[in-house]
Amino acid sequence: MKILVAVKRAIDYNVKARPKSDGSGVDLANVKMSMNPFDEIAVEEAIRLQEAGKAGEIVAVSVGPAACQETLRTAMAMGADRGILVQTDDEVQPLAVAKLLKALVEKEQPGMVILGKQAIDDDSNQTGQMLAGLLGWGQGTFAAKVDVADGTVAVKREVDGGIQTLTLKMPVVVTADLRLNEPRYVKLPNIMKAKKKPLDTVSPADLGVDIAPRIKLVKVAEPPARAGGVKVADVNELVAKLRNEAKVI
Amino acid sequence: MTSLVIAEHNNQSLNVATLNAVAAATKIPGDVHVLVAGHGCGAVAAAAAQIPGVAKVLAADAPHYAHALAENLAPLVAGLAGGYSHLLVAATTSGKNVMPRIAALLDVAQLSDIIEVLGEDTFVRPIYAGNVLATVQSLDKVKAITVRTTAFDPVAATGGSAAVENVAAGPDAGLSQFVGEELTKSSRPELAAANIIVSGGRGVGSAENFKIIEALADKLGAAVGASRAAVDAGYVPNDYQVGQTGKVVAPQLYVAVGISGAIQHLAGMKDSKVIVAINKDEEAPIFQVADYGLVGDLFKEVPALVEALDK
Repeated sequence: MKILVAVKRAIDYNVKARPKSDGSGVDLANVKMSMNPFDEIAVEEAIRLQEAGKAGEIVAVSVGPAACQETLRTAMAMGADRGILVQTDDEVQPLAVAKLLKALVEKEQPGMVILGKQAIDDDSNQTGQMLAGLLGWGQGTFAAKVDVADGTVAVKREVDGGIQTLTLKMPVVVTADLRLNEPRYVKLPNIMKAKKKPLDTVSPADLGVDIAPRIKLVKVAEPPARAGGVKVADVNELVAKLRNEAKVI
Repeated sequence: MTSLVIAEHNNQSLNVATLNAVAAATKIPGDVHVLVAGHGCGAVAAAAAQIPGVAKVLAADAPHYAHALAENLAPLVAGLAGGYSHLLVAATTSGKNVMPRIAALLDVAQLSDIIEVLGEDTFVRPIYAGNVLATVQSLDKVKAITVRTTAFDPVAATGGSAAVENVAAGPDAGLSQFVGEELTKSSRPELAAANIIVSGGRGVGSAENFKIIEALADKLGAAVGASRAAVDAGYVPNDYQVGQTGKVVAPQLYVAVGISGAIQHLAGMKDSKVIVAINKDEEAPIFQVADYGLVGDLFKEVPALVEALDK
């Protein structure tokens, strides 16, 4: 079974994003970028399935500008076998990403597509579900555990009240939640090896996909800041403040 | 223009998050309809019909709708969407699972986690862990929306009297099967609906030590939450997690204990009315959002706080 795993180049999770002063977008100039953390978990899961003999080739896919090659090299240094960059400098929204991935799925014929459940930049949490809908496949979203059996996969999902278990027919789309695994650190020799792995580049037009945005960004702004608080000396002062000033207990 | 809100329920009762989603829908011009799809869910449809401001309830009943599996629910909603300008669902794990699939079937974009309705096609939604608020305009004919429940006060549960109309169930897609669920059992309030939340972080140190947090929660009648660090360390189950990718909460009082205040955690709780932080590190970022900060050892301060509350 071939696995396709989608990776996004996103703001590093330690960086606090700020709007540009004119409100036209988010200021990403000179900001550290990394692989979206949930996508690292997705790559790790694909590798573990391969190591367990449940998966064959792992193809990493990214959509975006040329700099996404770095993200794909990271995925290959972790263990993906090759990469495909759908290169574009235009904004690509989740529905368009799902359509591009669908086109690649039709070409590559994987048995499973794994994605992060959400990207920490736009916080959409959409692409995996959209891809599954477009393909008419089952979807194991917010996965905490993935067990591949014969023609089916059992997925434990992180849901509001706890854990839900589904069995899904293959081929299938899985989206990774935090507890699925802990991604490995990339070792230097593997970074060198990854440079020699094949990386193909295609354009959205090559795949016949219209990526025109369906949502227009009107403006961005910072949320209202919380007014500064006070330090209390001890628990008695805290209880007094909560009772008499804040009146919340 | 008419909006369709997809109800969340367990076939017996309506999840209150549905009332927040209806609240968002009522801010959009036009009528509001509610879809109750489930199995043996007549009581839920009857409850939805009592929500004030709801003009009609659509009920679809079939065994394969019992667990709101996206593979079965999405085609049903997409089939009904022709009559609607807006489709809304609460941004719970269930809503987040199904709405993008519906949007894809309709070839429309989705607006995730809206916190404000500015017009029929324009909404505000948080991005980058809530550090940026984006005003976005949908260019699609049908607007597929998930609603951040904490941003819309729930409408009343009773007082209305909408008609219930049965709609034909679609086929079982046969792609997915519900096997079971392990739900966290607790006598405490639910995180999403609690007025007071006491959360513990890495500083709590162990699952055993979480009893200190629970004792404070019980004293306050509060729900128990946690930071990602505490969940990853196995102190508490995953559904306790508050944050960018866990639950977003906005209680009257949020008490953060032994939580440093990473961006990702703040994203899930900074809209709380009053925030209290207890941490031994006075430089911890959590103090920047706290209304009341107490610098000290949580193992000493939290039990002392429980005692002080008795006075």
